[in-house]
Amino acid sequence: MYIIVIGGGRLGYYLLKALLNEGHEVLVLEKDARICKTITDELGSVCFRGDGCEAATLAEVGTGRADMFVAVTGDDEDNLVACQVARHKHNVPRTIARIRNPKNAVLFKKLGVDVTVSSTDLILEAIEREVPTHPVTQLLTLEEKGLVIVDVKISPESATVGKTVKDLSLPRESKLAIIIPAEGSAYVPIASTVLQAGDQIIAVTTPESKEGLRAALRGIEAG
Amino acid sequence: MKIVIMGCGRVGARLASLLDEDGHKVTILDIDTYSFRRLPPSFGGMALFGNGIDEEALKRAGIEEADVFVALTQGDNRNVMSCQIARHIFNVPRVVCRIYDPLREEMYSALGLETLSPTKIFAQLLKERIEG
Repeated sequence: MYIIVIGGGRLGYYLLKALLNEGHEVLVLEKDARICKTITDELGSVCFRGDGCEAATLAEVGTGRADMFVAVTGDDEDNLVACQVARHKHNVPRTIARIRNPKNAVLFKKLGVDVTVSSTDLILEAIEREVPTHPVTQLLTLEEKGLVIVDVKISPESATVGKTVKDLSLPRESKLAIIIPAEGSAYVPIASTVLQAGDQIIAVTTPESKEGLRAALRGIEAG
Repeated sequence: MKIVIMGCGRVGARLASLLDEDGHKVTILDIDTYSFRRLPPSFGGMALFGNGIDEEALKRAGIEEADVFVALTQGDNRNVMSCQIARHIFNVPRVVCRIYDPLREEMYSALGLETLSPTKIFAQLLKERIEG
């Protein structure tokens, strides 16, 4: 696969190294001549000096045949424009942008960037996963369907311990998919399944009823 | 009209004061408050510290009620991004974007932004003056 990376900073550098290791054809575009020289000295001629937002530069490096275009500079606006130029001028099928401001995810999607990656969001998600008391962790977003897959833990203090699934007042849009007990293997819950402390429940829900689902599984009223 | 201008450089400050003189409600944004020295003492609009690619700053500048948004910072990409925010997130009826790079200007113009490339316009003017 031919992958073009915009920005040869630390992120771009390690990305380049990893992608080369995987056997891809990769090229980094970097404005700064010094950075470009360092990369070339270390990894060979895989760095091109130039502005990744300029259509002419992108034409020069054969963006037209690129399978993927990844913009990882430190500036959201530069990443956005680079991806838009790649998409609209060179028809790159897949664009990925790094974003510093997590709020830009919505805008970038709207403007045709396929994937956005925000380190802030990634770290937040990692924290949510690490903190064992955090009641609901979002695992996956199914954007086209407007659904999310979440992981809810039943704490020992939960009022629902010992209750059956049919006794729960789950929001209508929420379905329990799998229960992973503290010990033993995972199973699919049925109406008569009894909830145990330490159960980890994988559920499908809408983003709006996530709170309602959490409340129902803790045995308290939503709100 | 209610007009939000991003970038209080020479052009931004001048445009702001001209529109203000004509009785429009003008808010001008810049990420450096020192830039506001360019506004004349008579300027009756609002000068606000803030970054035009940040939705919160744009909201503070009243983008939700604005009739026109103009992006005049030194960065083409910043102008392009803020204009797309104004248009696609806040649905501002008229959005004008300065883009120095003629190639980028053509592309965003094709994508439906109202764009102006001072590079193109000024070079053309000079050429006509020299040849004429």
